[in-house]
Amino acid sequence: MRTAPPSTAGHGPRGGGVGGGSARGVLGVVVQGAARNYASRRAPRAQRISGAGGAGLRGGGPGRDGSAMIRFILIQNRAGKTRLAKWYMQFDDDEKQKLIEEVHAVVTVRDAKHTNFVEFRNFKIIYRRYAGLYFCICVDVTDNNLAYLEAIHNFVEVLNEYFHNVCELDLVFNFYKVYTVVDEMFLAGEIRETSQTKVLKQLLMLQSLE
Amino acid sequence: MSDVVERTLSALPALLGPQHPAAGPGRLPATSRLGSLIRSITALTSKHEEEKLIQQEIASLKAMVSAPTTTLRLMKECMVRLIYCEMLGYESSFGYIHAIKLAQQGNLLEKRVGTLGYDLQSTNLVEVCMALTVVSQIFPREMIPAVLPLIEDKLQHSKEIIRRKAVQALYKFYLIAPNQVQHIHDKFRKALCDRDVGVMAASLHIYLEMIKENSSGYKDLTESFVMILKQVVGGKLPIDFNYHSVPAPWLQIQLLRILGLLGKDDPRTSELMYDVLDESLRRAEINHNITYAILFECVQTIYTIHPKSELLEKAAKCIGKFVLSPKINLKYLGLKALTCVIQQDPNLALQHQMTIIECLDHPDPIIKKETLEILYRITNGQNVTVIVQKMYAPDNGWFIQTMNAVFSVGGDALHPDIPNNFLRLLAEGFDDRKEDEQLRTYAVRSYLTLLEEENTFYPQKFLQVMIWVLGEYSSLATDVDPEIILTRLHSLLKKTFVTSDTKAWIMAAVTKIASRTSCSKTIDKLIKEFSSSLDTCMRQHAFELKHLCEDKVLMKNLLPFDASCNDVVVDASLSFLDGFVVEGLSHGAAPYKPHHQRQEEKLSQEKALNFEPYGLSFASSVSSSGITGRQSPTGLSFGSDTSGNSAETGHKETNTLKLEGIRKLWGKEGYLPKKESKAGKPDEPQAASCGNLLAGRVTDPSASQSDQVSSFSEEEKEKQQLASTLFVGLGSNAGVSLMGKMDVATQKFKRKSKINETQNSEEASDIQNSDASTFGPLLDTVPVNKEDCEGNKHTRLRKPSLCSSDTVEDNLAFETPQSLKKPGLNDRLSDSRLSPLSLFADSNIEIFQPSSSALCESANKTSSVPSLPKELEELPHSEVVELCQSDALALYLCKVWKDDSLLLALFASNKKGSALNAVNLVFEKAEHFQILESPAHQFSVIEAQSVEHCQKYVWMDKICTQGILPGSISYQSEMESCLEFSVTLSLLDFIRPMEMTTEDFGKLWLSLSNDVKQNIKMLPSQDSLSAALSTLQQKLKLHIVDIIGNEGILACQLLPSVPCLLHCRTYSGMLALWFRSPCSALPDGLLYQCQKVMEES
Repeated sequence: MRTAPPSTAGHGPRGGGVGGGSARGVLGVVVQGAARNYASRRAPRAQRISGAGGAGLRGGGPGRDGSAMIRFILIQNRAGKTRLAKWYMQFDDDEKQKLIEEVHAVVTVRDAKHTNFVEFRNFKIIYRRYAGLYFCICVDVTDNNLAYLEAIHNFVEVLNEYFHNVCELDLVFNFYKVYTVVDEMFLAGEIRETSQTKVLKQLLMLQSLE
Repeated sequence: MSDVVERTLSALPALLGPQHPAAGPGRLPATSRLGSLIRSITALTSKHEEEKLIQQEIASLKAMVSAPTTTLRLMKECMVRLIYCEMLGYESSFGYIHAIKLAQQGNLLEKRVGTLGYDLQSTNLVEVCMALTVVSQIFPREMIPAVLPLIEDKLQHSKEIIRRKAVQALYKFYLIAPNQVQHIHDKFRKALCDRDVGVMAASLHIYLEMIKENSSGYKDLTESFVMILKQVVGGKLPIDFNYHSVPAPWLQIQLLRILGLLGKDDPRTSELMYDVLDESLRRAEINHNITYAILFECVQTIYTIHPKSELLEKAAKCIGKFVLSPKINLKYLGLKALTCVIQQDPNLALQHQMTIIECLDHPDPIIKKETLEILYRITNGQNVTVIVQKMYAPDNGWFIQTMNAVFSVGGDALHPDIPNNFLRLLAEGFDDRKEDEQLRTYAVRSYLTLLEEENTFYPQKFLQVMIWVLGEYSSLATDVDPEIILTRLHSLLKKTFVTSDTKAWIMAAVTKIASRTSCSKTIDKLIKEFSSSLDTCMRQHAFELKHLCEDKVLMKNLLPFDASCNDVVVDASLSFLDGFVVEGLSHGAAPYKPHHQRQEEKLSQEKALNFEPYGLSFASSVSSSGITGRQSPTGLSFGSDTSGNSAETGHKETNTLKLEGIRKLWGKEGYLPKKESKAGKPDEPQAASCGNLLAGRVTDPSASQSDQVSSFSEEEKEKQQLASTLFVGLGSNAGVSLMGKMDVATQKFKRKSKINETQNSEEASDIQNSDASTFGPLLDTVPVNKEDCEGNKHTRLRKPSLCSSDTVEDNLAFETPQSLKKPGLNDRLSDSRLSPLSLFADSNIEIFQPSSSALCESANKTSSVPSLPKELEELPHSEVVELCQSDALALYLCKVWKDDSLLLALFASNKKGSALNAVNLVFEKAEHFQILESPAHQFSVIEAQSVEHCQKYVWMDKICTQGILPGSISYQSEMESCLEFSVTLSLLDFIRPMEMTTEDFGKLWLSLSNDVKQNIKMLPSQDSLSAALSTLQQKLKLHIVDIIGNEGILACQLLPSVPCLLHCRTYSGMLALWFRSPCSALPDGLLYQCQKVMEES
């Protein structure tokens, strides 16, 4: 089963007034602005948001995605197959695919001597490796690295509890459940629920309805 | 938007559930239809077939969802299939709008359910949850007004999960369109005060955002946030919220962030949170990542809000915990924290300078970058150069391009060091040979393209860089015809903007290239063209090139490839011409006179008739030049001039001390050849034999020096040095490094210098006294000289010109006090040297120890130390130190500095109750040392609890500043055991004073050719020459031959008999040292030691 991202649409509710173009704008600016890395890194966050949003204008509001703390969550295996991709920011599909590949490239080359943090474009990726799976969260550079590192672990602990000894295949065959778990724990780009008992209770209730 | 689809997927069962509680079987077809779709897809064999099938499916779905007759249930079922198609990557966007509709229907349903009070609350709950989740995902701005009232309602919902999701949805709305939710701000407050922690936590997201925008509007909430944090930290939350037994860590982090924003630049608000921050720091004690996450946030908050010194101190300590952690993640965050606080608290960087230095070379680029960021922030005027040096070039291309830009822009205004260093970098390269070649090749190509452009003006320095690189490395670009390069260079030669300086560079480059090509038209043309050039320099180059081209073999030898870094041994004294000079002199040629001397002679001759014999006129010119202060007109350099040493241009010191008479051919008595040869001859063979003795063995002294120090400590040292350069100018006490070690060093320095000072002053006065008494009469000898010299030299003669051989020979009055004084002074000094124990017992052992190595050794001395036999006890010797030890045996060493050798007295002490048999001590063959007689010694038996000793005489074979003499001792107790040890020997262990008269010194000086000169700074404690000399005398065991005015001469020998002479002169706080020795490495070694002791004392 493949979990390739949905193909591009551009219109309809998905575009919903935001449009694919604006999505590219957000990271697009970032890429162009790579040279200004230093300056923008130290600039107050609000400034950056307006900068990014301004370019991303088209139906959607400025800063619409700029404030999301988590930009995306990716689970990839060592070969680069995506097991989960959750986006909290508008990207078009080409961009998503590019991001996925880039993340894989930067994360898999790192070894135990390295930190669990990588600078990525104008953001940073906090990743953690469990067996052959890389759990990556892309966040703002000002965010608390360890908080997200532990959020990943918390998430994995929940998965482990939920699937009883989780393995990669669980994620493959129950991908929708994994999305549910993600939604329970992260919402709108924020860490939402951190209490494992609460999340599991909620998950079990949902499961009982199926 | 795919999220919506996904969400809907999870919503579907829920929707199915409440609406048709009894329709269990009805669900079956839906799922089974999806099931059959999946099955048929998996059964397919090719991608093409799959595509066809899915297209069919989508087409049918499209028709179905758009049909108004489609029931809700059918719709849901379609959605599931649609989602699956989307998952596979097929276009199904037409379904999105239906999905949204479906989700909204859920909302409405729920509302209906809520108002009707159906007894289906639990399932409806799920439904609302789903709807709210959908809303919280990416949501179009235009739809906010439509759903906002619904969600506002949910804020009052009885279930906390609904309230919570409603808050989150509002947060999302706030992010999308803040102005649309303005009117419900009071509802956020309600949420903040919600009895459920989850709801409260959700509201914090909104507050964090709002406070970021405008912190002043929410100051009144500070107390509430503090209260909440207090409760969280105090563990008042349900245990559910614990993560690895830390109470609600993410909530804490969120609150800390908010507090940081609120307290920023606001002392009054900050005041409110000091307590809780302190408590947070205190409570976070479990060694877990999540605790560190809280600590990190806490530290950031503490440094953001109005500072409180007590808290800052704790935070700094906390940063230390991060920085020093072995966990790389924590170390990184420590660096990050440092980066944030470093401008407020630069001392913190000083505390962690060693870690910072280590992190500079960390394999993880993110750490490296953070470290550079720290350095960037502490950059000041004093350390900017070093810090910029640590910034690295990403690749060769970048480096060369950047340097090209620097050269083009900077032009000739660049500091000459920049092109020089650049070329050196290219030439010396790095460790990786391949990379070096790449870099050089890249440079060659880059310059070739630059030179290709006609009529482009480049600064001379840039041109020179390009030309040098082309000349040196153009052959690396194998695909480029050397002819092309030569044409380029040739055309450059004809350019008007190229200065003659640069032209010389070009010719050199052409010559280098020519050596690597067989024959070239361009070269021939070039030779022809410039052989008749009006520029003599160019003409010379052209002729050189021409002649070299005729002998390609010689040319290749002369210009080896990539040899710019090889050291070329230059005999600066041109001693190989000595024979030629002697022959010339014996054939009656006049001795060589430097240009200025000839000129002066000419001038003085022009002024008046010279009635004096030739010799005297010569002497007069000596002194006249002494007055005018021109180049090296000292007796010393004259002596060397005649012996062929004309390379004196660097000797700026105008010495007033004449060490040796001039090798005169003519004197008062007429022609003096006989006397000369007498004086000269006995010296020469001696010097020659010394040279021969050592020449073969002596290798590069610097290399052997560096070999000695173990690589680890070297690296450490380097790092510390780097640290001190990097962190200069930081903090209030910037001058003193904060590192403990340094403090110790300065303390030590103080203590030592005090003792030395008293000693020095004692001695200085002594010497000064003797100066006065012995040199006093010397002034009366002036008339003797006066006779010899012209009247205008009076001033000079008032200075005691001891060493003019005439004076010494003719003036007995001078000789006597000199010889009288010497023993007196020497006795006193040797007293202090020979019986140090009585004088300085225990108080300061360093004084009689020659080297720091001995110092270290004394540190590990043990309690039961054997003592030296009586006959040795009287000689100068070191402490007895332990070399090695086992249960059975301990080996001690004492160095005895005998006049003719270094004696190692070794004591083997049997610690056991029974005798040890066959104790065998063997020294291994060491590179630098030679053990006279046998390197082994056997104690046939060592009785219980007794000590045996043996003696070994050692010479230094090859000069090094410090070396290790390894050895081992084996013995037989219950079983054969072997202990290894090593003895550290310093050059100074082998240096002995060499007694001689001033006259002998002068003679010997002339016969020696290896020169080393160095100016070293004198410390205030030894500002007088005599003080400095006595330091050298004590520490290096040099013999002071004579002190005259501000000059002094000293002599010593390296055992067994290699002399080394030293001439010192003081001027304006500097001590000019000038060594001469038949052995080339010895002056270097001694100079090093001199510098060391002068710095230490």
